[in-house]
Amino acid sequence: MATYQLNVNGQRKQVNVDPSTPLLWVLREELKMTGTKYGCGISACGACTVHLDGVATRSCVVPVSLVSDRSIVTIEGIGADPVGRAVQDAWVDKDVVQCGYCQSGQIMSAVALLQATPRPSDTNIEESMGGNLCRCATYVRIREAIKSASQQLK
Amino acid sequence: MLSNSRFFIRTLLVILVSTATWIALTASAAIEVREYKKSDADANRGDGLAAWQKVYSVLISPRCINCHTATNYPQQGDDRHRHFANVIRGPGGKGVPGLNCISCHQSANADSTGVPGGRNWHLAPLSMRWQDANDRPLSSAAVCRAVTDVSKNGGLNGTALIKHHEEEPLVLWAWNPGLRPDGSMRTLPPLSHAEFVAATRTWVEAGTPCPPPNRTAR
Repeated sequence: MATYQLNVNGQRKQVNVDPSTPLLWVLREELKMTGTKYGCGISACGACTVHLDGVATRSCVVPVSLVSDRSIVTIEGIGADPVGRAVQDAWVDKDVVQCGYCQSGQIMSAVALLQATPRPSDTNIEESMGGNLCRCATYVRIREAIKSASQQLK
Repeated sequence: MLSNSRFFIRTLLVILVSTATWIALTASAAIEVREYKKSDADANRGDGLAAWQKVYSVLISPRCINCHTATNYPQQGDDRHRHFANVIRGPGGKGVPGLNCISCHQSANADSTGVPGGRNWHLAPLSMRWQDANDRPLSSAAVCRAVTDVSKNGGLNGTALIKHHEEEPLVLWAWNPGLRPDGSMRTLPPLSHAEFVAATRTWVEAGTPCPPPNRTAR
């Protein structure tokens, strides 16, 4: 066991966990932040996506020992960012969600895309969102919502 | 008078024979030196080519060539299959926003989750592709030409190539590739790192010779 000081959504959080524990489980089990979802556990589905220093990151495969002092932003905190707010509003406006299980990861990846590429093409969207799977197949509405958020951010 | 003439002729003959012998011996020695130098250079090139083949055997091992693709994606595993999760190259070889290499690959191996890592994890540029578009490794001659072309290899001369093979973190990673998700160790390249660097040094000191292209070279 080891003690880590984490920066989560702008707040300092102390946890005492095994260094090999994936960040996902530190968030969900230690900090009780259950907005970030467990999907596959092997970084294949994107449900566990959070931001580490602004980079969309699969928290299920990142041991807490490798997080260091990087800023962690989760679905609970992304609304504080203007792009994050616009994406969440667009998600509601376009009624993207069906079962909703994958959607926190979808939103985190969409925000990372728009932060780097404010006017994404269909190809940009397909490439950047290609690692986020949705068993309800809400892909068309996800694309519409990303374009809508892009328009709102003009 | 006659005696003086004989003496003169004998002396002249001795001088002529001596001079001819000296010329013959000198010429012979020169030829020997030239032949020795020629065979020395051949041996040096031969050693260099043999060393290159050792270097090549490492470069086309999965730990190296999986990220030297000619395609829009990296590979993974000893069978060099396409990287899962729709990972693509991206404009700088580091993936795309939302799906970067560092979305999963951290600065070190994550043995508890089986994800390999190293500082600045990324794909080699297309100018340093060591495969064809069908994911088949290029020939020894073709890879050698790519590695020695400073317009393609990031401006690395021979000395810099030795340093690259000796110190570059992602090169070193190949000999410390971490555990697979099932907990087993990833396969290592066919040479030790020390042997790889020594072979690179021998090849560079021989002038980085490359095998001649052949008909099947891609």
